[in-house]
Amino acid sequence: MTPLLRLADSDPVGIATRDILAGEQMWLGPLSVIAAADVPLGHKIALRRIAAGEKVEKYRVPIGTATVDIFPGETVHTHNLRSNYIPTYTLEAGHRFGEEQ
Amino acid sequence: MRGYLRSDGRKGIRNVVAVAYLVECARHVAHEIAAEFRGQPVHVIGFPGCYPNPYANRMMRQLCTHPNVGAVLLVSLGCEGFDKRGLREVIAESGRPVDLVGIQTTGGTRSTIRHGVDWVGGALTDLEETPRVPMTAADLVVGTICGGSDATSGLTANPAMGLAFDTLIAAGGRAIFEETGELIGLNQFMADRAETPALAREIVACMDKTEAYYRTLGHGSFAAGNADGGLTTIEEKSLGAYAKSGHSPIAGLLKPGDIPPRTGLYLLDVIPDGEVRFGFPNINDNAEIAELIACGSQIILFATGRGSVVGSAISPVIKVCANPQTFRRMSEDMDVDAGRVLEGRATLADVGAEIFALIEEVADGALTKSEELLHQEFILTYKSFTPIGPSCLPGVR
Repeated sequence: MTPLLRLADSDPVGIATRDILAGEQMWLGPLSVIAAADVPLGHKIALRRIAAGEKVEKYRVPIGTATVDIFPGETVHTHNLRSNYIPTYTLEAGHRFGEEQ
Repeated sequence: MRGYLRSDGRKGIRNVVAVAYLVECARHVAHEIAAEFRGQPVHVIGFPGCYPNPYANRMMRQLCTHPNVGAVLLVSLGCEGFDKRGLREVIAESGRPVDLVGIQTTGGTRSTIRHGVDWVGGALTDLEETPRVPMTAADLVVGTICGGSDATSGLTANPAMGLAFDTLIAAGGRAIFEETGELIGLNQFMADRAETPALAREIVACMDKTEAYYRTLGHGSFAAGNADGGLTTIEEKSLGAYAKSGHSPIAGLLKPGDIPPRTGLYLLDVIPDGEVRFGFPNINDNAEIAELIACGSQIILFATGRGSVVGSAISPVIKVCANPQTFRRMSEDMDVDAGRVLEGRATLADVGAEIFALIEEVADGALTKSEELLHQEFILTYKSFTPIGPSCLPGVR
């Protein structure tokens, strides 16, 4: 079972199918990425450079817009991707999504 | 499979005595009555509000005449605004034993509990005589929901439940998916699956309403745990939630309390109509489960990644766990281990077939994990709807 799942060939992100450690190299066909940080099961990794302002797709469906340039191997989450519909936030003090950043 | 035959021709898979409080002030008494019957099929439902609400009225009527319900004890304080006599009449007309007890006229807490316990005990005995008749998958309405979702929900549990839905519909059954607040971003995909262009327009209008409603509220149907589990935006969560609809055409658009009239897949619109009133459309998963049950669902399929433990009053909840790490932590609460797919230990088709087989077993009386653990959550709050139009149910006169 590949540790990285790409739901559609055109998707710029892959999904961790298990916990992945920083520095781990993964292959998706001829494509290789190295995880820039620990990536928990289910979280997303950039498979190519994503420009700020680019719509990011998963399974060929837009899941948001990149707020900064994202580089291959970086985690894609609330720190660099925003909703095109309704913002994501929590009021819980000290709670950072996915304990990232 | 065998079911309990009701006077409207529907078949129940459980024979529950519902103890229904008609205002929060009567809730404790209702729970004390039910507490005498722990482990027996006596479930508490109710509406906490003191002021009348047509949506709550309709929900209570549909729930009290649900095929899984055999008898109803209505518990009133006495001064609340609920249409209690109208509700009693509807239940009596359905042929079910019903009693309406008022706490103020019965003399307070203790005497009402005593009266209620006597009545429920008698009703349980009477229900042993309910005729059981053969039933098939074509007699089933199954609702689906996801709660405590993470990024695995859309990869394993939801698509597997979608496959089970495909099988159910092929066998003549009816399937309902909902959470329109968690389908934002999938508007056109759903419209393309509508059986008629007019229904497609209704679905688009429903989703426009949904987006506007949540924009006004300023927060989507998105919890902190969703993000901890790898979901970044509401549209990403929607993508996973949508997978539980399977591959059938969409046969109709329902609102809470509408019963799907024929075989097929239905979308349940849970977002109130008109200006934004009364707060969040569904304040938690059980508010949605109650609406699926009010639409006639005898069974609920519940996908969870983070690990929800809830069940429901009236209808059994089958818990499908999407995340293999969560399953290892919480297996006692989970009916199906869909996370096997992520670890290469099963295919989506395997899990879909397992879910469908479990639907048939539970319909035939097997208890789900949440039933064994006595989970009987229930919540009903204020909402406001206009009735669906004829184009929402094509092919039905």
